[in-house]
Amino acid sequence: MVKMPKTEARKTWSLATRSSPLPGFRLTIGFTLIYLTVIVLIPLTAILLHGARLGFGVFLHTVTSPRVLASYRVTLGCAAIAALLSAISGMLVAWVLARYSFPGKRIVDALVDLPFALPTAVAGISLTALYAENGWIGRYLEPHGIHVAFTPLGIMMAMSFVGFPFVVRSVQPVLEDLDPAMEEAAASLGANVWQRFTRVIAPVAFPALLTGTALAFARAAGEYGSVIFIAGNMPMKTEITALLIVTKLEEYDYTGAAAIAGAMLALSFTIMLLVNVIQWWVQRREGKRV
Amino acid sequence: MSGRGALPPSALLRASIQQRVGRMVLIVAALVFLAVFLVLPVAAVFTQALSQGWKMYSDSIYQEDVLSALRLTGLVACISVPLNMVFGIAASWAITRFEFHGKSLLITLIDIPLAVSPVVAGLMYVEIFGLHGWLGPWLSEHNLHIIFAVPGIVLATVFVTFPFVARELIPFMQAQGSDEEVAAVVLGANGWNVFWRVTLPNIKWALLYGTILAAARSIGEFGAVSVVSGHIRGQTTTLPLEVEMLYNEYNFTAAFAAASLLTLAAIVTLVLKKTIELTSGVHQPVEEKEVQS
Repeated sequence: MVKMPKTEARKTWSLATRSSPLPGFRLTIGFTLIYLTVIVLIPLTAILLHGARLGFGVFLHTVTSPRVLASYRVTLGCAAIAALLSAISGMLVAWVLARYSFPGKRIVDALVDLPFALPTAVAGISLTALYAENGWIGRYLEPHGIHVAFTPLGIMMAMSFVGFPFVVRSVQPVLEDLDPAMEEAAASLGANVWQRFTRVIAPVAFPALLTGTALAFARAAGEYGSVIFIAGNMPMKTEITALLIVTKLEEYDYTGAAAIAGAMLALSFTIMLLVNVIQWWVQRREGKRV
Repeated sequence: MSGRGALPPSALLRASIQQRVGRMVLIVAALVFLAVFLVLPVAAVFTQALSQGWKMYSDSIYQEDVLSALRLTGLVACISVPLNMVFGIAASWAITRFEFHGKSLLITLIDIPLAVSPVVAGLMYVEIFGLHGWLGPWLSEHNLHIIFAVPGIVLATVFVTFPFVARELIPFMQAQGSDEEVAAVVLGANGWNVFWRVTLPNIKWALLYGTILAAARSIGEFGAVSVVSGHIRGQTTTLPLEVEMLYNEYNFTAAFAAASLLTLAAIVTLVLKKTIELTSGVHQPVEEKEVQS
């Protein structure tokens, strides 16, 4: 391995085995790093430094006040259940898309990405209209005492809407790669449906399912646009953490907003780390197998 | 069914029927779920938008505020998407054509905007450019407005759409390899010639794919933009913010009419995306990969 990237770039024309004969390394890496620093790293630092300037005591006091704690409970609780719902429904849809052919499959496959493409505010008002008392779905649920709009149930619906494609798009390629012959072999050896699922499919699909679910959870925990319309936004009951940041900002409480944002960033980075660890684990496992 | 040898024919037949029924059940379950979960919300947008008739619908859209929101949304997308295209090309060129230390860290850092809550993203720029932020006093001294103005909206949008092009190009260019570019260089082409004549034609579909995703997100971004916008009607409201304001004023028909424009944009995005997948092989299982493994 060449040790320094710069020497490698300079050796551009030497055609050494490990160095690239292609030009443009310094230009592109320079632009990449500057752009990344200006757009992402400096702003992130700004918010983390603001949080750090508060001092640990004030920071802790701010991020553990009762209203903020209640917002974590709502956000994380709903995001966890939503991620679970996304995992189940996403696994089903990924399986059907990967394994079966049926008329209109391409349209269905394209449709899966709708929550990525549909602006969150649109999803928010539309889900609210559907699940409100007189909505297309709400009118059938209300008589049974199931209130979705303006309750935690509504928050879960919105969160699983935005998280769902992450699971499908993580699991689907893995299931497509899995040779059906493996299952047929298991079946011919007498494995029943459950055994084939738990022994053959699940071990292969599990890391991807875990990655997809973690991404869905991360998205759900940070989600704002689609949730605020359906949530009702009652402090202590249906107020999500992202909304609390906005509320603090509107009250000119920049310190409070930065502190809560710091806590949310910590969660984001933990999930990112988790996803990277899963991927590293999969790569190592694959490497061993080959 | 516990025998280790070949199963008797009747058992095989039963298994095959079981399989067929199971398949039908799963397909129907998935389709019903998708219809309720994804199709109904889209149908609801158009039904609500047209609930007072076409006249009311077109009147709601031909409002000065809605049109100016539409213009702003277009402007923001036209600035932020090309910026991220240039970044995506530069980053993927550096990452896939050269070996250097910290490469995997760089790839991880590019993904950060996907993990950060949009509200936090907006707040970051308030921390820097807002009145109480790092550069706030200096900016207000020089009468420059970033927060509660268009530059802030552009910045927030650039942040949330930051990884899309790069994330499409990096795996694509990695899989493609650099043989053709190396050949061009050996034959005497300079860097720009290699890029315009060899690389760009090769990556154009993946580039377009990432660009469409970035454009869709930039048109629809709500949380990040909402924090930095200030919601000044006719000046700093993008179309999604206009939807929110109309909705909060209980002007539901107008809100859904504006939302229907965004929904149409989302449908166009999905159609373009699928078309590229089907015609160009981007995001389709690559045959070579299977051969290698």
